Amino acid sequence: MAFLDSPKIVSSRAKFADSHTLARYLETGGYEGLRKALTMFPEQVAAEVDAASLLGRGGAGFPAGRKWSMLRKSPVSYLVVNGDESEPATFKDHYLVERDPHQLVEGVIIAAYALQVTQAFIYLRGEFALGLERVQQAINEAYEHGALGRKIFGSSFSLDLVVHPGAGAYICGEETALIEALEGKRGFPRIKPPFFPAVTGLYGEPTVVNNVETMSNMPWIVLNGGAAFAALGGGRSTGTRLFALSGRVRNPGVFEIEMVKNTFRDLIYDPQLGGGVIDDRAIKAIIPGGVSAPWFGPELLDLPLGQDEVAEKGSMLGSGSIVVMDETTCVVRATWRIIKFFSRESCGQCTPCREGSGWLERIMYRLEHGGGRIEDVDLLLDLCDNIAPGLTWPPQQTTICVLGPSMPSSINAAISMFRDDFYAHVQHGGCPHD
Amino acid sequence: MTHFRTDLRQRAVELVSLYPRKRSAMLPLLHLAQEQDGYVTDEAMAEIAELTGTTPAEVRGTAAFYDMFHLEPVGKYVVGVCTNIACLLAGGEDLLAHASSTLGCAVGGTSPDGLFTLEETECLADCNIAPVVQVNHRYVRTTTPELFDALVDDLRNGRLDHDVPPHGTLIRIRRSGGLRVDPEELAGERAEARAAREARVATEAK
Ligand SMILES: Cc1cc2nc3c(=O)[nH]c(=O)nc-3n(C[C@H](O)[C@H](O)[C@H](O)COP(=O)(O)O)c2cc1C
Ligand code: SF4
Ligand code: FES
Repeated sequence: MAFLDSPKIVSSRAKFADSHTLARYLETGGYEGLRKALTMFPEQVAAEVDAASLLGRGGAGFPAGRKWSMLRKSPVSYLVVNGDESEPATFKDHYLVERDPHQLVEGVIIAAYALQVTQAFIYLRGEFALGLERVQQAINEAYEHGALGRKIFGSSFSLDLVVHPGAGAYICGEETALIEALEGKRGFPRIKPPFFPAVTGLYGEPTVVNNVETMSNMPWIVLNGGAAFAALGGGRSTGTRLFALSGRVRNPGVFEIEMVKNTFRDLIYDPQLGGGVIDDRAIKAIIPGGVSAPWFGPELLDLPLGQDEVAEKGSMLGSGSIVVMDETTCVVRATWRIIKFFSRESCGQCTPCREGSGWLERIMYRLEHGGGRIEDVDLLLDLCDNIAPGLTWPPQQTTICVLGPSMPSSINAAISMFRDDFYAHVQHGGCPHD
Repeated sequence: MTHFRTDLRQRAVELVSLYPRKRSAMLPLLHLAQEQDGYVTDEAMAEIAELTGTTPAEVRGTAAFYDMFHLEPVGKYVVGVCTNIACLLAGGEDLLAHASSTLGCAVGGTSPDGLFTLEETECLADCNIAPVVQVNHRYVRTTTPELFDALVDDLRNGRLDHDVPPHGTLIRIRRSGGLRVDPEELAGERAEARAAREARVATEAK
């Protein structure tokens, strides 16, 4: 059975219809974390976040405290919050920006204080029209409330916070592409090194980039202490986390549960969580952490939801999105659609990614829609091997960013788990499910 | 005469002032232009170039990179249907095909009456109510063919004009506060704060 007794750290307010308003926020402890933070030295606030050992929630899972500790060496100029959320089947930041925008804003102010920056940005994907409205409204209210602007709550700390709308480009979730977009340019990722944001970020200055969910944890961590956060979860995966569950489940949604204490099976089957597979069918495969992640078969359902636990089995928890495919799912079609996504979203700077995604998509298309050949299956793997040599996990990098090398994951997983399904498509001259 | 309407020109100037560098206002200004004209016109690009200190070619090159910006006229309502993985598993392709026949236009095209443009989108981050449909970037939570037809009917009859405003995502948001401090002054303050902090760190180290 799932373990559901842990505190709701970022989703406690979502049950209220007016969870996005300042009135509700103040009634439920809003801005108390910030008030407390302002009585501490910035370094103490950073130390609490370090003690929490909060892993970044944007996908890479880098500890937020460690990222910030670079500020000791070179003072940070800007804080940029990543709310681009375009990884397929990821929708937890959407939930946070619409349901609890003040919590995000408070988290950003606390982080800005810890980093001692006076200018922060929240980058939200343009398709979040309502989210943009709510976050801007929250910011406007925060200014009026004295939580933003000059001399916050009478302290000597000042901060300006700007919401920046994206305009439809998955690649802008990659932090250096996001910075380009914030500078008013095309979202082309920059080469690292030298363009690590912490060294040469926005306008060439040191910049911290953190995810929306990472920021939303700050008020609780400051109020309750980093140790209380670190006491939850297990191993390196501390605290709770939002999991976005979708696909062939009865009750898809966003669930906040404690890390490691629960398994994939708990998340998918518990009546208070996913509620099981539609029509009680068998699970064929799951995608454990966004479409860049290698898939798992049903034999791994009892794996705990922890970053290292999933990494040990050759995949990643990534953005915390889990997609369930059942026995009725055509894995060839699913893979084709995932590749089509990558081919559409490749920014085009690197040949293996730009050309490779197009080739893969065309081969997958003919397998799924008719005209595929037996040798296509190995051709796919050969192409994948060119994009990410050795097809290792994590993939070897041949390109500027990791979008290109993560695209073979799904093809490689689908072929190694369901090679016969690919052959059946060739023999049938198209999709047997149609 | 500016191409932006007087009120939107005012908004545009405000948007530019939010950023340390003018060019950063590029995407917000493109959204604003699309809000006014439905798509990004040549005249708007020229004005955005002037506002951001760039050239019209740079504005065009930037706008063309982003899926949300239309460089050609589109319908009053841009309907996006997601067919990415979660929506695929919930019948997104069928809903897209249905939308195409209801609206009488191909995917990527505009309906004969010029009212609707239909797009196939990538994941819209609302995958728990799949398949996901947006109209002018507002979630409409329309998951079946029947609901889709009812939606189209409501849109045609203007019953959803409040929920689904024209193009652009900035139309209902306006920044009301802000530091609005001379950057020099802030830089001075920041330097002072930094010096104080460094002094403190130095004492701590001893
Ligand atoms: C192709 C690509 C897309 C990404 N998309 C997102 C995204 O939508 N949101 C996000 O927070 N991080 C995304 N990331 C990760 C960011 O580059 C960055 O690691 C993250 O924002 C850091 O925040 P965190 O440390 O709080 O997780 C993406 C990375 C890549 C390579
Ligand atoms: S790997 Fe792909 S998305 Fe990343 S920079 Fe290269 S071409 Fe662009
Ligand atoms: S896959 Fe369609 S909204 Fe996410």
